[in-house]
Formats: sequence, structure tokens, C-alpha cells
Amino acid sequence: MTAPVIEVRDLRKTYGTGDTAVHALRGLDLTVARGEYLAIMGASGSGKSTLLNILGCLDVPTSGNYLIDGIDTAEFGEAQLGLMRNRKIGFVFQSFNLIPRTSALANVELPLVYAGVRRAARRARALAALRLVGLADRAHHRPNELSGGQQQRVAIARALVTAPAIVLADEPTGNLDTRSSQDVMGILDQLNAGGRTVVLITHEDDVAAHADRVVRVVDGRIAQGVRA
Amino acid sequence: MRFTEVLAFAVRGVTANKLRSALTTLGIMIGVASVILLIAVGNGASQSVQQSIAGLGTNVLTVSPQRAQAGSSTKPLTTADAKALADPVEAPAVKSASPVTSTSATAAHGSVSYSISQFLGTDPAYFGTTNSSVAQGALFSADDLAQGRKVVVIGATVATQLFPTGSPVGESILVNNIPFTVVGVLATKGSSGLQDADDTAVAPLSTVQNALTGYGSLSQIVVQATSADTISDAQAQVTTILDGRHKVGFGQQADYRILSQEQLLTARTATTDTFTVLLASVAAISLLVGGIGVTNIMLVTVTERIREIGIRKAVGARRGAILGQFLLEATMLSLFGGALGVAVGFIGARFTIAGITPVIVPSSVLLAFAVSALIGLFFGSYPASRAARLRPIEALRHE
Repeated sequence: MTAPVIEVRDLRKTYGTGDTAVHALRGLDLTVARGEYLAIMGASGSGKSTLLNILGCLDVPTSGNYLIDGIDTAEFGEAQLGLMRNRKIGFVFQSFNLIPRTSALANVELPLVYAGVRRAARRARALAALRLVGLADRAHHRPNELSGGQQQRVAIARALVTAPAIVLADEPTGNLDTRSSQDVMGILDQLNAGGRTVVLITHEDDVAAHADRVVRVVDGRIAQGVRA
Repeated sequence: MRFTEVLAFAVRGVTANKLRSALTTLGIMIGVASVILLIAVGNGASQSVQQSIAGLGTNVLTVSPQRAQAGSSTKPLTTADAKALADPVEAPAVKSASPVTSTSATAAHGSVSYSISQFLGTDPAYFGTTNSSVAQGALFSADDLAQGRKVVVIGATVATQLFPTGSPVGESILVNNIPFTVVGVLATKGSSGLQDADDTAVAPLSTVQNALTGYGSLSQIVVQATSADTISDAQAQVTTILDGRHKVGFGQQADYRILSQEQLLTARTATTDTFTVLLASVAAISLLVGGIGVTNIMLVTVTERIREIGIRKAVGARRGAILGQFLLEATMLSLFGGALGVAVGFIGARFTIAGITPVIVPSSVLLAFAVSALIGLFFGSYPASRAARLRPIEALRHE
């Protein structure tokens, strides 16, 4: 049996120290199988964003273990975490986080540049990713020339351009209207159908309905797991 | 990841926000240019003072008669005194000693007349001693002195007053109704202090004594030392010789006094020194202010881009790649701004500023450029390196 793509054991994250310490995660356990489509729900402040940031190697836990493909990230240094973010994980932010004044194509190419992919190959792959999200004709537009939904699709193209095993999305439709939300969810569904593991955070039940499984985070722990 | 990729990011970073880059460049440019110009103005002022000192001769002593104390006799300064001072054995530090008699005289040419404030009679060595050179015609010769010819070399002011048009050389002028032939015009010296150094005429001593002043006491003896370093030796030797000739006893006040040009100018030099120090401190302050300006704009630029650093890290950028990009951006802006500042400094130094011709000090160019560029580099890359060390989520949350 192969190891689950994501395995989290007794994960804790504390911000600050002493009396003012905030316990965002209080011993959370979670396993995500390869190819699974998971939605994480929970009230704001429940710790779900902290969890996703740790899953995305953007942050490190205070204690506990996080295993990617059975490999513990606790021993990873800065450079190895960077490599994980670059090769294994695609992250989609609620606020898009595109580099301003830089074309959509250049934004999508960015992870490939840091991966050391040559210019011609990079361009081809970035254009392919943009085509996948339906924005091939907007390749040379800058973020401020795109609508919110289009920016989020550029961000998704950036997340999937390195062909990562895991796609993480932190409220990807949080800042979008219904129509754009449907576009974005359609792309994520497509990615999952293509075999990628997708984990997303959402407040909305109809978004969560796209997932195979929904978990609820309450006070830094998983409250219930429901197989769909 | 290759260097060219990092370079491409840096170029894109600089050109992405043109206004921000232009302001950064402007800040560095103003810092560099103001330091270069201020120091150039200070240097120009002190050089013009030094030139006027050199023009008057730093190796020159002036011996003039002085009324002695009551009871002791006052002997006139004579041509024989001047001859004795030029003795190479008694006064080895003295190069030459020119007897000078001075009077004011009215000169006329045709219907124009002009009152010359300094009509001097002296020997040809006087011209060398006072760094006087001839602009037109020639100086009078030792032969003119020996023969007592009525020839005169006039100053630039006198020449323009008496000869508003045409060359004065070879023309005849009447000095106190005695005809003199103008043989030359002195090169202009400008005013030294309150006096117009060009309002003068110089004729052979023998002629002036014969025709104008009579054979009384000389106005002064102008002594030239062999060099500026031997000036105090020369002063001692002149004192010894004149004390002997004028029978000045020990402790008695002499009937002459010796002044060096340097002493005359000490007060003025002190003034310009103060001025130079003032300008240097202003320049130092402007370097500081320029530096703070550069610091400010670089800090703002980088802080504004911490989110961008977070994004780059989130997609897997290594710390080195981010650091390289920001270091290169800062280098480009600093070098470009610095080079512009040097150019502006050099262009500005071509103009006369407040009556002073700025003279650029090469080391100030280097200093201003280096300080601004280093400050730009440091504050352009140090905050970026700190941001690159943050965890991506911290950089992304930065407002």
C-alpha cells in the first residue's frame, strides 16, 4: 500500500508566547489519499487557514508531523521546503497574489523559472496552462487589466503549471461572483479528474459539494469526517 | 537558475514601476550632484584666493621707511640700500631688491587726461618680483634705466582711460607735462583688496627721480627671496644689513619696517579658510541628507515589495535568487543615479555660481558616488534579504 499523499499527526501551531499565546491548531490529525478531493470548512479563526498554509509549506508547525508522500517535512530545511512548494504543491490564494505590473504569462512562468526550465519550454508550458484555464488570449494582459475571476484563473494556471501532485486552494472563490466561482470550481474539478489531489478551504456549502469529502475544523481540531 | 534569469527579473523590476525607479534615481542623483557641486564651489573659492596670493608673490618682502622714535635719527631708504640688499654674499636668500619710488601723477594724451594713483619708478627686476607680465609691447630694459630714458609701461586701467581706442604702444603721453613714450601695457591683475592693481604706470627709477620725485627717500624696496621657503631667512638678512647701514642699535626701533605679502594676506586667507570649512560642512550635511533620502526611498521600495517577495517564495524561489534580483535592481538604480549625479555635477560646475568658478575635486566625485551607491546598495538589498529570510506566509501577510 502506498503512503497517503498528505498525512498530518498531532499538528500544533501556537502564535506568540505566554498569556497572549494563540493556539491556532491543537493537535490536529488528517490524512488525504492520493487523488482525493477534500473540502475543509470551519468558522473563521478555527485554524483552517493555518492548516492549509502548513500543508502548503508556507508555514511550519510548532509541533507535530506533516508527511508528504510519507516523507516527514520536519527535517526539511528552508531550501527543501522551497523545493516542495515549487515541485509538489500548487497553491491558490483567496487574494490571488499575482505579481503586479507583470503579464499573466510571466506570472504563470514564474514557478518554472525558479525550477530552472529553459525559456522556450517554459513559454510553451505556461501557454498550455493558460489555455487550460481558458485565458490563452489574455496571456499578455497585466493583473490590473483582468477581472477577479480571470486573475484567479491565472493564479490557478500558475499553481498547476509545474504539474504538482497536490493543489491547495484557500477560499479560491471567496472574492468572486457566482459566475466566476463556477468557472474556477470547474477547473479544480477538472484537475481532480486528471488525478491530482485537491484540498480547498471554503465557507460555501455549494462549493464544498464539489469535493469527495468534507472535514470541519473546530478550535484547531478536525470535528467530523464525512465520506461523500 | 541562471544569472541571466535573475538579471531579467531585475530589469523587469526596475522598468515595471517607472515612476518609483525614476524617483529613486532622482534621489541618488541629487545627493551625488549636490555634494560634488558644493565641494567644487568651496574649492573654487579657496583656489581663487590662493591664486591672488600667488599673483602678489609669496616670496616678496616690502621694506618701507618708518619714522623712528623721538631722539634717534631717521635715515632715508636709498638706492645704495637696495644695492646692498642684493649682495649675494651678505644676503644669500635675497634674489633681487628693487628700489621703488612712488608718486601720483596726471597723465594726458591728446585731450584726455587721467590721474594715475600709482606712478612708480623702479628697475626691471621689479616686474619679475611682482609677477607682472606685459600684455602689449615690451617692458623697459636695464639700458633704459641706465640712460634715464623717458619710457613708461602702463597698467590696463590707465591704458583704457587714455587710449579708449587703438594701441597705446609707441604713443607719447604727458606725465605732469613731461613727455613719456609708452613702450608696453601690463597684463591685467584685477583688484587686490580695495586697490585697483591695474591703475598704475611704471617707469625707470632714474627717469622718475630726475623728472618727478627728486632724489629723496625711496618709497619702498621690494625684496624677492630666492623662494617662498627662504622668506624668513631673507627677512633676517635684510634686517641685519639695514640695521648696520642705518645704525640701529640693539633694542632700538628701526627707521624702516619689513612686511611680507603673506602677512598682509593672512587675514584674508583666514576668512576664506572659514568659508571653505563652512562649505565642507554643508557638503557633509548634504551627503548625509542625500544618503538619508536614498535610504528612505530604497526602504519604501523594498517594503512595498515584501508581498512580491512572499509570492516569489511561495512558488519556490530560493533565497539567493530573490537576493540576487534585489541586489541587481539596487545596483542598477544606484549606479545609474550616481552616474547622472556626476554628470549633473560636472555640467553645473561649468557655470559660475555666486561669482565663484567651481573647481571639481576628483576625490569628492569618488566619495559622493561611492557613498550614495553603497547606501543605495545596502538599503536596497538588506531589507530584501531580511524579507527573503521570512517564511512565505509572513511575507505575504505583510502590509
